[in-house]
Amino acid sequence: MADHVPVPRLVWHLVRYHNRIFWRTPIAAFFTLVFPLMFLALFDLLFGGEIESGPASISVAQFFAPSLAVFAAATATYSNLAIGTAIARDQGTLKRIRGTPTPPWAYLASRVGSAIWVALLATVLMMAVGVVAYDVNVDVERVPAALLTFGVGVGAFSALGLALAALSPSGDTAPAIANATLLPLAFISNVFIPIEDPPRWLDVLATVFPLKHFVDAFQDAFNPFTADLAFRGGHLAVIAVWGLSGALVALATFRWEPRGGERAGLTRRRAGSHR
Amino acid sequence: MTAAIEVRGLVKHYDTVEAVRGIDLTIEESEVFALLGPNGAGKTTTVEILEGHRRRTDGTVSVLGLDPERGGRDLRERIGIVLQSAGIEPELTVREALRTYAALYTRPRGVDEVIELVGLDDKADARIKHLSGGQQRRLDLGLGLIGDPELIFLDEPTTGFDPSARRRAWALVSSLRSLGRTILLTTHYMDEAQALADRVAVIAAGRILAEGPPGALTGPEGELSTTIRFRLPPDVGLEDLPGRFADAAVAVDGGVEVTTGQPTTMLHALTSWAMQRDLELEQLTVTRPNLEEVYLALTARAESDRG
Repeated sequence: MADHVPVPRLVWHLVRYHNRIFWRTPIAAFFTLVFPLMFLALFDLLFGGEIESGPASISVAQFFAPSLAVFAAATATYSNLAIGTAIARDQGTLKRIRGTPTPPWAYLASRVGSAIWVALLATVLMMAVGVVAYDVNVDVERVPAALLTFGVGVGAFSALGLALAALSPSGDTAPAIANATLLPLAFISNVFIPIEDPPRWLDVLATVFPLKHFVDAFQDAFNPFTADLAFRGGHLAVIAVWGLSGALVALATFRWEPRGGERAGLTRRRAGSHR
Repeated sequence: MTAAIEVRGLVKHYDTVEAVRGIDLTIEESEVFALLGPNGAGKTTTVEILEGHRRRTDGTVSVLGLDPERGGRDLRERIGIVLQSAGIEPELTVREALRTYAALYTRPRGVDEVIELVGLDDKADARIKHLSGGQQRRLDLGLGLIGDPELIFLDEPTTGFDPSARRRAWALVSSLRSLGRTILLTTHYMDEAQALADRVAVIAAGRILAEGPPGALTGPEGELSTTIRFRLPPDVGLEDLPGRFADAAVAVDGGVEVTTGQPTTMLHALTSWAMQRDLELEQLTVTRPNLEEVYLALTARAESDRG
């Protein structure tokens, strides 16, 4: 039997390839890395200030920075994976990869790996800017909980991104669907502005979806009022269930060619061009 | 020696459409084989089944001794695929793309070697989005060769090429052949099949209509026959020809043209007749139909059968 390039090396190699493409697609880099920072600056201007709590005062950014970091991580995984994969499918890159010795799952793993790498950058960048410019405090005790939440969250949103890529009719519709699902959800999930006394149905709606759980668990890890180590098993379980469902949908419906690709030859025949 | 590709009774249905309806093919190692046919004839479907991109409905298929549906990585290490339409990340450079794909194979060709092979030396560091259509197609070709495959699939490799790029691509295919690579190409250019292929198969409406070396392909029975042309001396007329020529001979451009399914008999009768009378038949030629005529007659027949 022929020997092969070891799969970990293949995945590593392809992660670097996707990273390179990410940096050469300025619009994706902007929306993932810069856009959330603009929100941080804007919110600080609008609602900035200190919350009095006994002897110490807490910056409002202490809550905004983690929620915007989660938003950036969700964009880097869910939106970017869905859009990037759907476009690669339309381009024919996925089909080309399938003609090489790369196992299909290794290719998808590399896409996810690259998306998570970008999500990590976006999250660290957000928190770093928060610490340096907006008096955000990071409590070392709760960093493990933050990392665990981040890991479960980006894993689940990656799976959901692949599911969305599988369900998107084309690379043109994927960005619209990604934005139309993530943005409204961000509004009701306390990403931008905590909604005071939301109507009960809105609260229930937000609780059904994974983003609010991701935000709440991650915020808790940076919340100075948290009394414990901030491991939020309940939140993480909801996120994980969404992630597993997304993975199942992606597995069941993933396509390597554009819709109708299989019958493209027949379509051409119907168009009646004979040579 | 085993055949590189062995296909028996291949059938492919899409829902209710029968794209391929019972194809047998044997392609030997180191052979250049061309599938010729109109759009929608089943060429691409057949090739994509051999590449492992499609599942067949029925039949047996062996590619380099493996079933392409189960060959997996072992098979894909050994084949190179140039698809009809497959994009590549437009933001990468030619060299980066080739390097990326080279890393997917155990024993790839050198990146610089492939760049030179497909004639993209001066575009090696250009972004792919800045290449012309023909240059992108050459990169396609390069990506198909980067794994140093034993068997190469070329699906309409020169569509959209200008004449000089086509000549270069042909020279490339010839050099691959001389290295002992097996090549299966699809095309609808007759001159391409004629120039490159050791054997061709004409395929239409999902069936193979004829198969053989490009110069020896014959048309549908009775339709395309050999043509005998000659000039008669000025004092001899058509009516002087032997009886069996009475119906077949036609005056064309001051000469005579006879189309026949039995060229040997007719030629014998004609030359005996001429020798008996001590006549010299000027400009005597015997021509077989060329590949294009055979192809057009075959595919026209297939269309009318189906209609």
